Amino acid sequence: MTCLPKTTERKLGLVIDLDTCVGCHACVISCKGWNTEHYGAPLSDMDAYGGAPEGTFLNRVHTFEVARPEAPPMVVHFPKSCLHCDDAPCVTVCPTGASYKRTEDGIVLVNETDCIGCGLCAWACPYGAREMDGAEKVMKKCTLCVDRIYNDTLSPEDREPACVRTCPSGARHFGDLSDPDSDVSRLVAARGGFDLMPEQGTAPVNKYLPPRGRDTLATPDLASLCEPAPAAAGGFLGWLDRTLEKL
Amino acid sequence: MHPAPSLILFTVLSGTGFGLLVWLGLGLRAPTGLAAFILFGLGYGLSGAGLLAAAFHLGHPERALKAFTQWRSSWLSREAVLATATLGVMAPHAASSVFAHAPLPVFGWLGAALALATILATAMIYTQIKAVPRWAHWSTPLVFILAALAGGAVIAAQATLGAWLMLGLGLAMAVHWYSGDRQFAASGSTLGSATGLGGLGTVRLLEPPHSGQNYLLREMVHVIGRKHANKLRAISLGAGALLPALLLLLPMGYAAVTLALIAHLGGMLAQRWLFFAEAEHVVGLYYGQR
Repeated sequence: MTCLPKTTERKLGLVIDLDTCVGCHACVISCKGWNTEHYGAPLSDMDAYGGAPEGTFLNRVHTFEVARPEAPPMVVHFPKSCLHCDDAPCVTVCPTGASYKRTEDGIVLVNETDCIGCGLCAWACPYGAREMDGAEKVMKKCTLCVDRIYNDTLSPEDREPACVRTCPSGARHFGDLSDPDSDVSRLVAARGGFDLMPEQGTAPVNKYLPPRGRDTLATPDLASLCEPAPAAAGGFLGWLDRTLEKL
Repeated sequence: MHPAPSLILFTVLSGTGFGLLVWLGLGLRAPTGLAAFILFGLGYGLSGAGLLAAAFHLGHPERALKAFTQWRSSWLSREAVLATATLGVMAPHAASSVFAHAPLPVFGWLGAALALATILATAMIYTQIKAVPRWAHWSTPLVFILAALAGGAVIAAQATLGAWLMLGLGLAMAVHWYSGDRQFAASGSTLGSATGLGGLGTVRLLEPPHSGQNYLLREMVHVIGRKHANKLRAISLGAGALLPALLLLLPMGYAAVTLALIAHLGGMLAQRWLFFAEAEHVVGLYYGQR
């Protein structure tokens, strides 16, 4: 049913730390790997060995530069995937009931056997979180690795989304954002976590943590730390230099 | 947004077809016999052809029947239900007009109301999308409804009514363009809000997430179509509304009506192309484009 639930029992989601993300794209690759080998249609690549390769991904890393007044510019790596919005516009536009938001944990999913591939949900999403698979012609999106987090056959440390499990810099956190005492909620409170495009009224569950303002212009003038280029030597060394140059 | 030919044809053809069915249902023109066969045939043919064109847009047309289930929340589903209901309810009125020379006004009126609701539902599919600020404005359903009613009135050979509706359509298109050019700024979405980094300073894209194309860019960050926006606006306004209005006001009979219809449909195809090509999706912000 594409009507959104009024409330969800839990709000499982991600907290992404823009301060520690190093832009390695490991989350992109692990996501593609897990979601190609497991639940649903595989994430296809089109023209993979040709001149214009492209593929379906559920998670992509953009890199932005922030020009700050009175401070050096800052490079911010920015992973982006489905935010599992409380007021998800992608769900309500779906004509078939393929898109739905789960009441038990708030995860937004697509039932691929009901998807007619109309693409309207991808239009409705302000974040570009949904991509139509080029081969299967059904809508693909982040499942929050629903087939990992409840999977008893995996060892307990693996029961989190593939992107979180693989992140080498600890920039991705997974948990219940409806519980104010959860690790992720405390992290959001401590670091001033924010929503993306709040003006779109989607009420995202996923939060982003801002980069810390560690660089300031008060750091020493780097040019003054450089040795000046050595002046031409005189005396014996100068004669030696000139002679060796002529040889 | 990508101006898909299937969607342009769908919105123009089915809109005109349902517009014609509104007038035939209301009995503004109450043809019987062969005339009814031709006019109802055009109404059903145009709306049916449009719906068929839309089905080609689907990745899995074989599952299209599932689209009738989610009318509680989805305008696309409502559109499917209303379109089918219109064609069904109007059928006794059409058949009786053609074969028994006796229109059935009750079915006609109900069908006309459903046809109008179908046109509104088509427009709302686009209007509901907040992520495309140009569309999320009351002028979008106004343009769709007036275009459908004006085109329908021309086919029904209602010259005076058609001329006034054409002028109204021209005005609605102008309002849609004027407000549309300001809607993105009014939405408040910027790269700063999209990344949440706007408070730190000026944000720009340093490196895109992928060097090649992808579904999002192809579908929602279509920038080439806007190059000739002003020329296309002039064509849409001139051929789509003003020229047909003029032709309908001249005492020229069916030749003028035919010319008006051809000009109107051509203009509306240009308008609908622009409707998609000019519409900027906020996801473009993440790619440093609009």
